[in-house]
Amino acid sequence: MTTIDAPRSPQAPARPKRRTNWEKWGWIYMRVSGVLLVILIFGHLFVNLVAGHGIAAVDWAFVAGKWANPFWRVWDGLMLWLALIHGGNGMRTLVNDYAHNVTVNRVLKWGILLAVVILIVLGTYTVTAFDPCTVPNNGLSFCK
Amino acid sequence: MWSWVLHRITGVAIFFFLLVHVLDSVVLNISPDAYNAVIGTYKNTLLGIGEMGLVAAICFHALNGLRIIAVDIWSWATRNQRLLFWVVIVLWLVLMAGFVPVQIMHMGQEVHK
Repeated sequence: MTTIDAPRSPQAPARPKRRTNWEKWGWIYMRVSGVLLVILIFGHLFVNLVAGHGIAAVDWAFVAGKWANPFWRVWDGLMLWLALIHGGNGMRTLVNDYAHNVTVNRVLKWGILLAVVILIVLGTYTVTAFDPCTVPNNGLSFCK
Repeated sequence: MWSWVLHRITGVAIFFFLLVHVLDSVVLNISPDAYNAVIGTYKNTLLGIGEMGLVAAICFHALNGLRIIAVDIWSWATRNQRLLFWVVIVLWLVLMAGFVPVQIMHMGQEVHK
């Protein structure tokens, strides 16, 4: 009597545990942050370069006046985080496309990461810690 | 292909400007005089023209980015991506026609001493 081999059965479960697809999340991030940045940056350009006297009016007191309202601090802080990560990820894509030498590729990507992290830290500190009223003779009406 | 090349070139240009722009904002916490000196350099004619280039790059990158999103998620836009590229160019021209004269006007003004 002959026996038939058992039908083929998978050695591993059919659906192995999936790892997080970081490239997919990067792709989604570029699109979501892109739409938000269009709104945030167009608003920023309009208020600082188009409305009133534009660039001619921008100085320390102008920023102090704007940041007297937390709304603009949140606006600028969001822009800082979203734009630097969006730009850093875009630069990473270019490095992967053009820097074929492994060492050059790695150095450039670490450089981008370092620049993005340092600027997010510095920028976040600036937008949160800025307190114009502690500056003597600041000439700002809302400090009195 | 040209939209793809332009998207990359404008993206890199905006990224490098962003590095400088965050650093000039950090000077806000040093002193009013230091910040006014730094931001004052943005007001000379050369950088005023540079700002036009920056705004031109941002407007193209923004409009073309929205086109890319539309092409990704909407089959009509995928079929008509070439038409949408020309829509991007026309909208870009409209935005620049609005911005450039305003910027030239502001460049000639002196609000603060």
